[in-house]
Amino acid sequence: MNYGVNEHGYYGDFGGAYIPEMLYPNVEELRQQYLSIINDPGFKAEFDNLLKDYVGRPSPLYHAKRYSEKYGANIFFKREDLNHTGSHKINNAIGQILLAKRLGKKRIIAETGAGQHGVATATVCALMGIECVVYMGEIDMARQAPNVSRMKMLGAKVVPATSGSKTLKDATNEALRDWIGNPVDTHYIIGSVVGPYPYPDMVARFQSVISFETKKQLLEKTGNELPQYAIACVGGGSNAMGMFYYFLDDESVKLVAVEAAGKGVESGHSAATTFLGREGVLHGSRTILMQTDDGQVVEPYSVSAGLDYPGIGPQHAHLYKIKRAQYVSITDDEAMQAGLLCSQLEGIIPAIETAHALAQLEKMQFKKDDNVVICISGRGDKDLDTYIKYFGY
Amino acid sequence: MVYRLWTKNKDMNRLNQLFNSKKDNLLSIYFTAGYPEPNTTLDIAEALEKAGADFLEIGFPYSDPVADGPTIQHSSEVALEKGMNLHLLFDQLADLRKRVTIPILLMGYVNPMVQYGVENFCKKAAEVGVDGVIVPDLPMYEYETLYADYFKNNNLSNIFLVTPQTSDDRIHKIDELSNSFIYLLSSSSITGGNLQVSVNIEDYYKRVKAMHLKNPAIIGFGISDNKSFKKATEYAAGAIVGSAFVKLLGTENYLEKIPAFIKSIR
Repeated sequence: MNYGVNEHGYYGDFGGAYIPEMLYPNVEELRQQYLSIINDPGFKAEFDNLLKDYVGRPSPLYHAKRYSEKYGANIFFKREDLNHTGSHKINNAIGQILLAKRLGKKRIIAETGAGQHGVATATVCALMGIECVVYMGEIDMARQAPNVSRMKMLGAKVVPATSGSKTLKDATNEALRDWIGNPVDTHYIIGSVVGPYPYPDMVARFQSVISFETKKQLLEKTGNELPQYAIACVGGGSNAMGMFYYFLDDESVKLVAVEAAGKGVESGHSAATTFLGREGVLHGSRTILMQTDDGQVVEPYSVSAGLDYPGIGPQHAHLYKIKRAQYVSITDDEAMQAGLLCSQLEGIIPAIETAHALAQLEKMQFKKDDNVVICISGRGDKDLDTYIKYFGY
Repeated sequence: MVYRLWTKNKDMNRLNQLFNSKKDNLLSIYFTAGYPEPNTTLDIAEALEKAGADFLEIGFPYSDPVADGPTIQHSSEVALEKGMNLHLLFDQLADLRKRVTIPILLMGYVNPMVQYGVENFCKKAAEVGVDGVIVPDLPMYEYETLYADYFKNNNLSNIFLVTPQTSDDRIHKIDELSNSFIYLLSSSSITGGNLQVSVNIEDYYKRVKAMHLKNPAIIGFGISDNKSFKKATEYAAGAIVGSAFVKLLGTENYLEKIPAFIKSIR
């Protein structure tokens, strides 16, 4: 694969494992074992079975007819919103819990922003009967209260991150601190394609099922396994990397990654990392991140808690820099309108994260025969409160 | 991977001179620059030297300090709120060697260094009279491939951490790559915990001691009082106190309390 990771964990200039020595044994253990574990036929069989019978895969590739009419192209929705627990996050959580079991770990920790990854992790821990601790920013706990209750009902302990800005990046810091203090028995299930190598590669592999299925489904429906465009939203970038994975080497496929512009890229309230960020190091990898001139990490803003992250995965930083994928941004307002449009044209209430990807359609010019795939990364149930407040329903 | 041996500079830095002349009971103190006030960095350093500290670590604050516990996190937040940054810190350190003679290390995370420019950072540090740098999230591979030359050209020691989980092989590599001391963590933990001396920990200290490393070991993390200092210095050349001192800085008239604090530790 031309765009994959090298032996030191780098994608071009980005990636690596910028971790304190306390985390070295854990990360090194993973690095040495993750490929042999996930390529093992027994692992693959168990992973595929759970994805099929527990998650409900393959997720449908739905030809959105009214969207296709409106935008003048063949628009396909990859329905990750129909997965158990409501988003693509479960794919990675299943993969990592099986890996953790094979590493002999007795305890799982995770970070979560909107709560989708926390719920997915709590779910797989319940499934496997493993202790689960989820770190969540105090502010996020308040604005995503139903997901906090879900995690608790699933038996997880939810610990508020009260340091720094009390959101996703601080929850990640707290999870890393927990892992430092519990180096032997604990596995950290990172929820996105971020963190020290091998996490970005490992999470991308677990999410790659999205594009693996899409290729087969496109072939069935259109006679061609390659679309002209693949579009996905990006916070850390796990659903986008899953959507891009098997298209990366097919240069004819235009990859479009949609970041959250918040109240506008220049407004000071934004999460458009590639527009506002510079190269730096956060959470164990060299990537592009939003920061001050002095190298302090800036708190991003988006109406969508899942896109509210100051960095992007190192592979995204690489794809951005070498221009293999196009990085664009969508404001809160544009996303909210797209969420409403999708609800009323297709009867699908998308997660606000996903609505960012949908909103990008308004800005693109298609040819009539273009096949366009959009990753519907999650469902909008968790966002009803935000939608209701915004539209006054 | 090839680990180059440190090419010996003609002039040993102050850290090397200290470790050559004093082999045990060394006391080092960490404090965060800009806490609790923006302009007292040198006052605190001077008071610590007068009180008898052997060398100092001055922390440059970062917004996301993953290796630090609540005390040092808080000090970093306050320092950042009050405007501390690397430019200001180097300005403050311009007079460092007029007021302080003991070895000085800077300690912080890699991202502020990357934004400042690691080469510039090393030049500037050497220029003001800093002797070494501790960057917990800068691992060996990245140090070797990206930055080691900048450190060497400026005669700055880079200090690596070792934990109870670090393998013998890796400790030997770290020893080879180091040229002043090795920072031995009392346990795998963030800063500000309590030193727990269990059988395992004693085994770990003994294991490191038996390796006969070329660099002295200094124990840090969880050293907060005379008891933990004494325990640590049974096994190592010295110990580092961080969070306990930062807590003192959070109280009134902290400068006046420094001599008694140092006395209480050693």
